[in-house]
Amino acid sequence: MLITATEKGLHCPAGDFYIDPWLPVPRAVLTHAHGDHARAGSEQYFAECSSEGVLRQRLGAELSLVTKRYGERFQLGAAEVSLHAAGHVLGSAQIRVRVDNETWVVTGDYKRAPDPTCAPFEPVVCDVLISEATFALPCYRWPETREVIAEIWRWWQSNREQSRASVLFCYAFGKAQRVLAELMAHTSESVFLHGAVLPLVEEYRRAGIAMLPAEPVVREKRADYRGALIIAPPSAAGTPWMRRFADASTGFCSGWMRIRGARRRRGYDRGFVLSDHADWPALIHTVAESHAKKILLTHGYSDALVRFLREQGVDAAALRTAYGEEE
Amino acid sequence: MRAFSELFENLDTTTSTNEKLAALTRYFRAAEPSDAAWAAYFLSGRRLKRLIGGAMLRRWLLEETGLPEWLLEETYAEVGDLAETVALLVDNVQGHVQEDVPLEEWIERLLNLRDLSDVQQREQVARWWHELDARGCFLLNKLLTGELRVGVSAGLVERALAQVTGHSRPVIAHRLMGTWQPSASFWRFLHSEADAAGDRTRPYPFCLASPLEANPESLGIPSDWLIEWKWDGIRAQIIRRAGSVHIWSRGEELMTDRFPELVEQALQLPPDTVIDGEIVAWREGRVRPFGELQQRIGRKKLNAKILADTPVHIIAYDLLEQSGEDIRSLPISDRRQRLEAMLTDRPWATLSPQIKDASWQELKQHRDASRSRCVEGLMLKRLDSAYGSGRQRGTWWKWKIDPYSFDGVLMYAQPGRGRRANLLTDYTFAVRDGETLVPVAKAYSGLTDEEISRVDRWIRQNTIERFGPVRSVKPQLVFEIAFEAINESKRHKSGVAVRFPRIARWRIDKPASEANTIDDLRGLLRVGPAESQGEASANAG
Ligand SMILES: [Zn+2]
Ligand SMILES: [Zn+2]
Repeated sequence: MLITATEKGLHCPAGDFYIDPWLPVPRAVLTHAHGDHARAGSEQYFAECSSEGVLRQRLGAELSLVTKRYGERFQLGAAEVSLHAAGHVLGSAQIRVRVDNETWVVTGDYKRAPDPTCAPFEPVVCDVLISEATFALPCYRWPETREVIAEIWRWWQSNREQSRASVLFCYAFGKAQRVLAELMAHTSESVFLHGAVLPLVEEYRRAGIAMLPAEPVVREKRADYRGALIIAPPSAAGTPWMRRFADASTGFCSGWMRIRGARRRRGYDRGFVLSDHADWPALIHTVAESHAKKILLTHGYSDALVRFLREQGVDAAALRTAYGEEE
Repeated sequence: MRAFSELFENLDTTTSTNEKLAALTRYFRAAEPSDAAWAAYFLSGRRLKRLIGGAMLRRWLLEETGLPEWLLEETYAEVGDLAETVALLVDNVQGHVQEDVPLEEWIERLLNLRDLSDVQQREQVARWWHELDARGCFLLNKLLTGELRVGVSAGLVERALAQVTGHSRPVIAHRLMGTWQPSASFWRFLHSEADAAGDRTRPYPFCLASPLEANPESLGIPSDWLIEWKWDGIRAQIIRRAGSVHIWSRGEELMTDRFPELVEQALQLPPDTVIDGEIVAWREGRVRPFGELQQRIGRKKLNAKILADTPVHIIAYDLLEQSGEDIRSLPISDRRQRLEAMLTDRPWATLSPQIKDASWQELKQHRDASRSRCVEGLMLKRLDSAYGSGRQRGTWWKWKIDPYSFDGVLMYAQPGRGRRANLLTDYTFAVRDGETLVPVAKAYSGLTDEEISRVDRWIRQNTIERFGPVRSVKPQLVFEIAFEAINESKRHKSGVAVRFPRIARWRIDKPASEANTIDDLRGLLRVGPAESQGEASANAG
């Protein structure tokens, strides 16, 4: 076993390092900077160059961090390690580990749909693939991003016609920037950002990602936000912070919005199906492309995908991890 | 169907009443008369008879997607709705843009399916699945299975139609009552001047009371109120107009042919009279339990024996129309006087007795003794109140007896529908029978959203076995289940059937070993009309 699941996280004994550990360890290799993958407390971190800004924002400027470029091979103990684009968020990486002619790949979170804010997923051939399975049921199939963005745009415009504000809830890191970049196909006007989103947008701008101009939500008067688009994290929903927008229409961007029941239960006016994770066809496609002899699955609906793959004659099993189902 | 499917989407994606109203009027103004009539039909809660069963759709979906059956079931459990599961799984053939077929023509297409063989039906429906976009596909399946529900209240649809037709809301409500065939001519009838002949067989919208939760003392003095028993039968309007009689239930069902003897009697009423009252099972001048009436209604065919075994009777409590005049806006004290006068001449119905000169304290005692009279409590109607349409607050109250209750153990769970589709919210509860548990009631309402997600999480972690979407769970959680009545039942394994069970609260304090037993429940069977004494709970304490 090149990589095993331990109580601290995925461990590579040959290289004596952990991948996305959830407890403090001496050496951590990170797939990306989302909170359920990048946790504070470890002594030394390895991650892809373009994730450095966000990582230092989230885990502290003094972080002991070694950055590597996509494709660059480096040695940790007896293991040869390299990072490969995962297409999930800025700087997200799959981690390829090679020891004595055997290759394992840990995908971390990934998606296969194009995204102007990060490098596209790179298929990597391996012997064992450890893949995420957040949305591993056949009902989770993503519509074209272009169509979803057009829908968001129409929603914003129709709210504007009624002089209402549009508050779009997106995960602050990744989704928000993707929406801001994609919306450039429709407009070049400025939008408002919640305080939690702002520094991450600035980080993306420093990385050279083109997005709509934006300003922070600081004004208090309702009139200032009439017809405007405001991007906020889901945690801001239902808080006093929302009061200044008065009768705003609310929307939520997430893969979970694919299901009508989930849309209605969340209580937002609109649900937009936009995910940074692989959908069912993408998961199946990625498993096939890896040519792996064995598939291990983390996150979400891993049991269903395990059974499905086994029935197709693929050697598959679930791995217990502590990753969340947030995006 | 595109415009209707857009309307559905608009109603589904907003919680704002004004936006819903705007979407409805926009649709009704633009639609063809026949389509508009069909939309009004569905929006007012009416449905087509089921054309294709759920099991059939599932089989076709399996064949269409090639997915393993367990995976389809798991996906269905996640989505919580079969029509939507189909729409999410079936590929809509890109580039094939369906021409827009009017709603009315779609209905015709669907009804034509009845003349096709299974194989032809399957081919036809599968073709539609691929041709329609996801929204259209979802609606199609809802129509096929007769389950189309739209998230809009009857009142809002009436408001929209009132705006579009220029009629007042009561006129629209009246015209939408009862059975009608959606068609261009119905749409024209909705727009036509008041008092057209088509109104003559329809009931008025029922005036409904709200449950009284506050202390009755807050209502002022009892003598301001008309106080009657709340009868446990079928509320109905008896319409005696133009030489014929029509009997409509509160559920807007035409029940004339269920009660031939009442029709006979009602023909003695003066012409152009509409009475509101309760149909009850009746023997020797006394009301019988609701169960007896229910058995009679359940019979497909009536014969002399049934009519003799279960006689029915009307207890009249309101007069809505007299000599062709709509008197609903008169105070009930006045309407009641007229009703009394009418019934003293022709005693074909019993006048609902009024409880007079009682203090609130005495009324409370009356209410507590309701079960011994086969009534459900008291009705309080303010003496100056008009007969409004729909639910009233402030003028009409129902002051019901406290329900029965028992403590049951959660035994099975399955996903809910609609808003709660991917949460496990439909529960089956059991009581103890020696060392085993016997299921006695299904209930799905009563918990808060927060409790629902806690229970949902618990169920997922404590599932013993899965049968499709249904999970059996470890018998540990105890809930207090309230219900209205209990009858003996041969169809149920437990031997008893409870009416209107719902969750009163989660008994976090009780282990399963302290849940009620089947004998506790059987004990309630005996608390019948003759001997009950107020307190009616299976709970030990
Ligand atoms: Zn992530
Ligand atoms: Zn993750």
